[in-house]
Amino acid sequence: MAYHRITITVNGSDEVVDVPSNMTLLQMLREKLSLTGTKNGCAAGECGACTVLMNGEPVNSCMVLAVECDGASVVTVEGLSHDSQLDPVQEQLIEAGGVQCGFCTPGILISSRALLNRNPKPSEDEIREALVGNLCRCTGYIRIVEGVKKAAEVGSRAA
Amino acid sequence: MINPHPGLPEFEYIKPTSLREASQFLAQHADEARPFSGGTDCFVRMRDGVLKQKYLVDIKGLDGTDGISFDPKTGLTVGAAVNMNRVAAHPEVAKHYPVLVEAARSVASYQLRTRATIVGNICNASPAGDTIGASMVLDGKLHVFNAAGEREEPLSTFFKGPGKTTLQPGDIVTAVMYPLPPQGHKARFIKLGRNKVSDLSIVAVTVLGYPDSNAKSGFCFRIVLSSVAPTPLVAASAEAILADKAISEATIVEAAQAAMDSCKPIDDVRSSARYRQYMVRNLTRQAVTDVWSQLQ
Repeated sequence: MAYHRITITVNGSDEVVDVPSNMTLLQMLREKLSLTGTKNGCAAGECGACTVLMNGEPVNSCMVLAVECDGASVVTVEGLSHDSQLDPVQEQLIEAGGVQCGFCTPGILISSRALLNRNPKPSEDEIREALVGNLCRCTGYIRIVEGVKKAAEVGSRAA
Repeated sequence: MINPHPGLPEFEYIKPTSLREASQFLAQHADEARPFSGGTDCFVRMRDGVLKQKYLVDIKGLDGTDGISFDPKTGLTVGAAVNMNRVAAHPEVAKHYPVLVEAARSVASYQLRTRATIVGNICNASPAGDTIGASMVLDGKLHVFNAAGEREEPLSTFFKGPGKTTLQPGDIVTAVMYPLPPQGHKARFIKLGRNKVSDLSIVAVTVLGYPDSNAKSGFCFRIVLSSVAPTPLVAASAEAILADKAISEATIVEAAQAAMDSCKPIDDVRSSARYRQYMVRNLTRQAVTDVWSQLQ
């Protein structure tokens, strides 16, 4: 199987990576770049634990080939905070108690950040719709939705 | 034992620089190569071992297939690489083809729709394909490129079975085109899943109606049923009843029964065949009633 050399910007840092054809973006982030904040849940595009921003839009990184990301800009959960300052979504999810086991949290944070970037003042329905593809088996979602609502009130900052 | 981290099986990734090159490669490797755009269906099926391909040919954005455009004279063209979120967010689509937006937004989740495309949804030819019903009632046509020549394929004759279409090796669908919808049309898409959102459909019904002086009833209805036959199914007998008889609650009930009688569902993990049949009747009645109430 052929390897492909790709250039990709991850959390603002330019990386050159050699990837086999069948490597997913998720595998590349975790195994080549040691960015293990992004989680492997279902590996089938259903649970959302692997959600990252690709060129500003959320994608399931298990459903994207690494080789397709040549020239792309990717933001993972590690890239949400800046200068030790958490993103408002991170702060408010902590504040609201929207984290239990934490496995879904990176995906929830990325989907929420993407929502607030395209719609800074979402309604509760819009928040719930934006998080349809992020399964959480602990919280029952109520505190997650509360956290995102508060983050919208506090004001957003584009990742 | 289920592998908790199933990676993709080995294959070669091919990124051609033109449609012609892609088409030639696909034709030369007919049984070993498959075109893909978003990959949301293809990757899952490869991971599950259902699809075994030596080559995946990335056709995203070749020769301008990533464009979406609306012309007030000819209608809407959605390029093969245009993802569903872009379709749903396009103001002219929302204005003129709201049922397409509704159908696109019912697919899985926002982040999956960043990758999923309407052309891919159509070409996978699943009887459950969520955007196929809307594409059919809107009279969609596919533009097909082949190094040997280009052609148009109406959706009405495109589907041959689950995953089977009229496409031949080397064919690449570059766009789906929708004419202007009929004057005064109203449409409704009702999808029944196991949960409210994000699931595959158990049954889906798409209905489009418009005033038509050629029909005895004065109205023409197009009805497409999903997940209840080997292909997306046009409920022709129900359409005929609504065209021929003065429309009333009784006519709608009769048409809904005809829709139920025309489908051939199967039992599977999502539902029994019998439940699907009754849901076809109930949802057809509901969708036609909704459209009819808006038309009056």
